[in-house]
Amino acid sequence: MADTMNRASHDDAPLSTANNEREAIDEATDGLIVQRGDKLVARAVTINRPRDELYAFWRDFSNLPSVLDNVVRIDVLDRERSHWVVKSPGGGIVEWESRITEDREGELIAWASEEGADIPNSGRIEFRDAGSRGTVVVATINYDQPFGTLGRVISRIFQREPKMQAQRDLRRFKQLMETGEVATSSRTHKQLEEERS
Amino acid sequence: MRALTWHGKHDVRVDTVDDPEILNPRDAIIKITSTAICGSDLHLYDGFIPTMMAGDILGHEFMGEVVEVGAGSTLKKGQRVVVPFTISCGSCYHCGKHQYSACENGLPADNQDIGQEMYGQPMAGLFGYSHLTGGYAGGQAEYVRVPFSDVGPIVIPDGVEDDKVLFLSDILPTGWMAAENADIEPGDTVAVWGCGPVGLFAVQSAFLMGAERVIAIDHFPRRLELARRFGAETINFEETDTAAALFEMTGGIGPDAVIDSVGLEAHGFFVDNVLDQIKKSTFLGTDRIHSIRQAILACRKGGRVSMPAVYGGFVDKFPLGALMEKGLTLKTGQTHVQHYMPALLNAIMEEKIDTTFLISHTLPLEQAPQGYKMFHDNQNEVTKVVLKPGMALAAE
Ligand SMILES: NC(=O)c1ccc[n+]([C@@H]2O[C@H](COP(=O)([O-])OP(=O)(O)OC[C@H]3O[C@@H](n4cnc5c(N)ncnc54)[C@H](O)[C@@H]3O)[C@@H](O)[C@H]2O)c1
Ligand SMILES: [Zn+2]
Ligand SMILES: [Zn+2]
Repeated sequence: MADTMNRASHDDAPLSTANNEREAIDEATDGLIVQRGDKLVARAVTINRPRDELYAFWRDFSNLPSVLDNVVRIDVLDRERSHWVVKSPGGGIVEWESRITEDREGELIAWASEEGADIPNSGRIEFRDAGSRGTVVVATINYDQPFGTLGRVISRIFQREPKMQAQRDLRRFKQLMETGEVATSSRTHKQLEEERS
Repeated sequence: MRALTWHGKHDVRVDTVDDPEILNPRDAIIKITSTAICGSDLHLYDGFIPTMMAGDILGHEFMGEVVEVGAGSTLKKGQRVVVPFTISCGSCYHCGKHQYSACENGLPADNQDIGQEMYGQPMAGLFGYSHLTGGYAGGQAEYVRVPFSDVGPIVIPDGVEDDKVLFLSDILPTGWMAAENADIEPGDTVAVWGCGPVGLFAVQSAFLMGAERVIAIDHFPRRLELARRFGAETINFEETDTAAALFEMTGGIGPDAVIDSVGLEAHGFFVDNVLDQIKKSTFLGTDRIHSIRQAILACRKGGRVSMPAVYGGFVDKFPLGALMEKGLTLKTGQTHVQHYMPALLNAIMEEKIDTTFLISHTLPLEQAPQGYKMFHDNQNEVTKVVLKPGMALAAE
């Protein structure tokens, strides 16, 4: 099994940059993440902090709503299971339960939604040493792009561009870990609340 | 509080708005004592910068007194500080290398998409300069919220007047970095396009770095006169063929280093490029890169090109062949203000650099709209307008 997100064949570029999404999903779900749909989003960010610290933050899923824009709440049910509450259009919410499928301390966490999820999804986050630059964090998410109402839900969840949304979330993660805060240009608490709601 | 707000082309007003508050641990609130109108602010005034919203507070050159601090700030109430125009975190990889304007954390996450699309990487966060650079409220106001106040603002010793140190916020470090990027060697001749604040500080800096001759180019007699005061020879491009003059004045060799401190000017800066980029059509700035094109053609073979001037998008007829065939080096970028502030503060204290010569007009904040109009309409006489929130209104 390839343990990086690199395609085994053709060239050395990451899976997420493949022109053929179908092929990339096949490779990603061949051992890296559990298949949960036909959409793949992957992004990398370099964070100037040690690997262990980043892993520890992410491993406690209840921390994640502070950086994942559309996630309202994550209840940690036990060591492996968590319950996700995520914003949907019109002020509603979608929910699912997620189980950790692979966990290597300081290195990676992979998870997949369980049966009955409003939106089936799976993901994996890897932490790799980057010397004086800190840690390269690679997030890969696989999800189902449903039709009809749910299709609209999903596009709202990841906003217009799922890749963009994943990247915004990783930027917030980077900001919080590197600077201790998430950047805002609001001037007053009132504006900040409006911006974050 | 009172603040200078943008409402549209040639429409800026002093409004009453909510006071800023501490929102993040590293924030500080500064009570503004002096703030300047920058040449770059005129681009906003002319309505050329997209993503401006009615009510946005302008101003990226400012200083004042610390009145409130977050738990993570190292500033103390009562300290006087000058604030850099770039918002840099001090803890990312780029800040660690003192490339502060390449900071990855100053811009809110959602504001980073546009830069990523346009330039391949997000830009820096800036005060008071549209939502492209974060939508941060600027300092042409009574108070301002300053993020990362533990690494940005520089504390000014008591007894040093505002006017001497205010320009540490932008144009002095910008002129200095422009000269530094020209890699000046003793005996060099340096040509500087544009005798605005940036160009004039580049002239002073070039001499301090060992240039033997500096040739300054502009068309405003008063600005050329200021350059001459610092020892520069001058070329008025309206009266003289600049390229020919530079060639002759350097015995046919060309200047060893050239500095473009003009930029796209109000006419084509940013808006066209940004909008065109979005529309995926061509940038119209064919005539607007006059200064950088001329600088590259004039530079001696193997010489250095420094470009502090701001450009926003794509250009036509860029002399790429000359750059290559003559073996030139080009350096540019938004200024790494935080990197230069301590040494430049010392240079000011030791009176090696003169800053106050630039200020032609001082007005109360309430008269900021008049200040903008004056600066916009008369660039020859008006070299720099400084606004003081505390100053009494002059009798009309
Ligand atoms: N790199 C940075 O971080 C940074 C910071 C501040 C300002 N800037 C940029 O630096 C540039 C200069 O700023 P400024 O405040 O001095 O502006 P300014 O508008 O006051 O000065 C520009 C000068 O250039 C002259 N000029 C116009 N066309 C010319 C030509 N063809 N040849 C020679 N001179 C010409 C004008 O007469 C004017 O005096 C702007 O582009 C500004 O946006 C960059
Ligand atoms: Zn400025
Ligand atoms: Zn930084």
